[in-house]
Amino acid sequence: MSEATATPGAAPINWKRHAEAYALVFALVVLFCVFGALKPVAFLSWANISTMLGSQSVLVFLTLALIIPLTAGDFDLSIAATLTLGAMMVAVLNAQMGVPLPVAMVCAIGAGAVIGMVNAWFVLYFRIHSLIVTLGTGTFINGIVLWISGSSTISGIDPVLVTYVVVTRVFGIPLVFYYALTLAIVLWYVFGYTSLGRRLLFVGRGREVARLSGIRVDRVRFFCFIASGMISATTGILYVGTIGAADPNSGNTFLLPAFAAAFLGATAINPGRFNAFGSLIAVYFLVIGITGLSMLGIQTYVQNLFYGGALVTAVALSQLVRKREAQDFS
Amino acid sequence: MSEAFRRRHRGDAPVLDVRHLSKRFGNQLVLDDVGLEVLPGEVHGLLGQNGSGKSTLIKILAGFHDPEPGAELVMYGEAARLPMPAGGARALGIAFVHQHLALIPSLTVVENLRLNDLATQNRVAINWRREAEKARATFARFDLAIDPRARIQDLPQVERALVAIVRAFEEVKDATAGGRGLLILDEPTPFLPKAGVEQLFLLVKSIAADGAGVIFVSHDIDEIREITDRATILRDGKLAGTVVSKDVDHDGFIELIVGRKVSLFQSAKPDLTARPVAARVASLSGPMVEDVGFAVHEGEIVGLTGLIGSGADRVPSLLYAAQRARAGTFSVGGTTLDLATILPEHAMAAGIAFLPADRLGAAGVGSLSITDNISLPVLSDFMGAFGLSWPRLTERARSLGRDYEVRPNRPELNLSALSGGNAQKVLLAKWLQTEPTLLMLDEPTQGVDVGARQTLFAALNGAASKGTAILVASTDAEQLAQICHRVLVFAGGRIVDILSGDAVTKDRITEACLKSTTLTALHPREEAA
Repeated sequence: MSEATATPGAAPINWKRHAEAYALVFALVVLFCVFGALKPVAFLSWANISTMLGSQSVLVFLTLALIIPLTAGDFDLSIAATLTLGAMMVAVLNAQMGVPLPVAMVCAIGAGAVIGMVNAWFVLYFRIHSLIVTLGTGTFINGIVLWISGSSTISGIDPVLVTYVVVTRVFGIPLVFYYALTLAIVLWYVFGYTSLGRRLLFVGRGREVARLSGIRVDRVRFFCFIASGMISATTGILYVGTIGAADPNSGNTFLLPAFAAAFLGATAINPGRFNAFGSLIAVYFLVIGITGLSMLGIQTYVQNLFYGGALVTAVALSQLVRKREAQDFS
Repeated sequence: MSEAFRRRHRGDAPVLDVRHLSKRFGNQLVLDDVGLEVLPGEVHGLLGQNGSGKSTLIKILAGFHDPEPGAELVMYGEAARLPMPAGGARALGIAFVHQHLALIPSLTVVENLRLNDLATQNRVAINWRREAEKARATFARFDLAIDPRARIQDLPQVERALVAIVRAFEEVKDATAGGRGLLILDEPTPFLPKAGVEQLFLLVKSIAADGAGVIFVSHDIDEIREITDRATILRDGKLAGTVVSKDVDHDGFIELIVGRKVSLFQSAKPDLTARPVAARVASLSGPMVEDVGFAVHEGEIVGLTGLIGSGADRVPSLLYAAQRARAGTFSVGGTTLDLATILPEHAMAAGIAFLPADRLGAAGVGSLSITDNISLPVLSDFMGAFGLSWPRLTERARSLGRDYEVRPNRPELNLSALSGGNAQKVLLAKWLQTEPTLLMLDEPTQGVDVGARQTLFAALNGAASKGTAILVASTDAEQLAQICHRVLVFAGGRIVDILSGDAVTKDRITEACLKSTTLTALHPREEAA
């Protein structure tokens, strides 16, 4: 009776699953076509498309940093503050103190690693929920940024950085986009094709199962925090390279978009899991929506409507995918 | 006998008189025309093996199960409705205290006492001082010195049980007119220290002295003889008898519980203790386990059993460091592990596998696929030039699914989509594919249907015949009899009896468990021989 299902290869293609996986890609294409039809000259220009791809690569980077601890079951709300700190450290060290750019960059990334360690220490040693710890450390880092910058924007950074981030273009697209694409490929590979990625997933989904399967749960979570801290700081360097200066506040506005993209991305490509290419698609879906709407002359508050709405909608959608089981992020 | 007893007790109508109670699950009759009578002021014991129908009977009284038509329920001489409507038990004055007590640890005693009222009534301006005074007065009536403002989690285990019992009794009193009511205590004692049990008995006796009836469910025959006036014994869903507890001795009770039937023929169990030792445990101590030592031989299946609270179920998780042991050493295949310091990955590296009882909490992840779950311990075998090879992983999951008769055999399904038995097959396959030196299982067949059980047993036998040593912790005597070469019986955290060869039968195991509380620990050295 169950002959058909028992034979490998005879299973029919699961159309529902495919539809679910590519629904966001489809929505992105539709949105692109709609704005293209409404504003063909401005929206479909290569300048606009390459700007969209390049300018939001920073958000892609930050979202990819975020999905690492999210996969392991921890929140990191300090990513945006770490980004700002990374940017400000490069600016202060290089522009104000004359430290060579490579050294300044290494210092910034090192600071990101330290932030990750501090987060991990409070979460793992004191057993505090990551949401609370990183909410606190994020605000704390923000204070440091305002202090070292004197609350002002710092420019005058070595132009080499800007050259290697946005000025140099390949196929008309700034280099920073390729950096983001590379990181996405690396994470896609690590999550899907290494045993490290498997361990990460089990730590996030079932701590006790992971522990009893011989995984050092605390060590995995520790390195996830460090990874997100270091990538966030790197994102800060790219952010300086994108705008040519470091300001103490604008980086913080990336926090909600990164969460929106991470959760929206978890409904695509590999539904139900935080995944690299889903995050990439989600970022550009949000960017196309916001760029298009602002070209139609809609006020800037649309950004908040779009990002905030997308976060809640994305989480609601992913709950439907999971058949509304209670979420457990602990 | 019963008449003489009846005269000793005041009050004309029994608190509870239930007759012709039957219950069928599928084509199996789990309760067959059972009756039970509890008199005012009586503590009535209810005994029977696992699967004898005790818990079904209690669940019918609670309204969880509907009995077959024809059952009658009379309380204080008035006929009551069966099946029990929702909330009916409470309105009739029947209250339950289960082993897990249903208290909220982070709230205070008085908050827990008022939990039900607060949940069902809308009150404003609760006067906590007055509530606390009321609680204090209630405790004083039973000679209990419990601070109503203390948090439950700060109380010793005994006082928690006492609070739960007092709460249940007060609810009964509120629901019925003075002194009436029936309190059902479902195995309240296994986790209490000796002194605590006596305190609990005093409370139960003073509640009964108020005129209420108490049903006391227990496996412990000594406790039943000490606290109860009469006892009803169920065997295989039928009434084995109702006796006056003082008139029957310990062995008499065991005979009533186990019966005098000849055990079904089982193939002779070979003695494998001459084979090389696969794993040796020495002086293991930890929560509920005291100075336990034993050896498991290659290809041998050893059962660990005992009454609830005996500590047998803790042994595998202590050996695997799922729970931290206080002391002990564990030698497996040339490696000696210090149980006070090891981590699960050390146990794994020594060739030990552990399948915990909590299937979707500790053994596998329900929200991940069968392939994900099954492949976790063997990922390194599937590394290709380009990282993990998913086609090979899926193929492995599919072929294991075929071998272990997983239905449906679709590796892409989430583990939570499978029935309990099929999920257990997947999890057993997950560990057996690693070909461990020693496999440990805790209650491997809980919630597993009969058919799937046979598949699991066949898989365990297959692994044993290839030389894997297996430890099974279980309270299911029938299952242990079916698969084990030897059974170690625990009581009070120590090994008190060892059954081997022809003695490994369902009845002998049950009997040994029931007798276990009166036995003293075997010295570890005797066993090691």
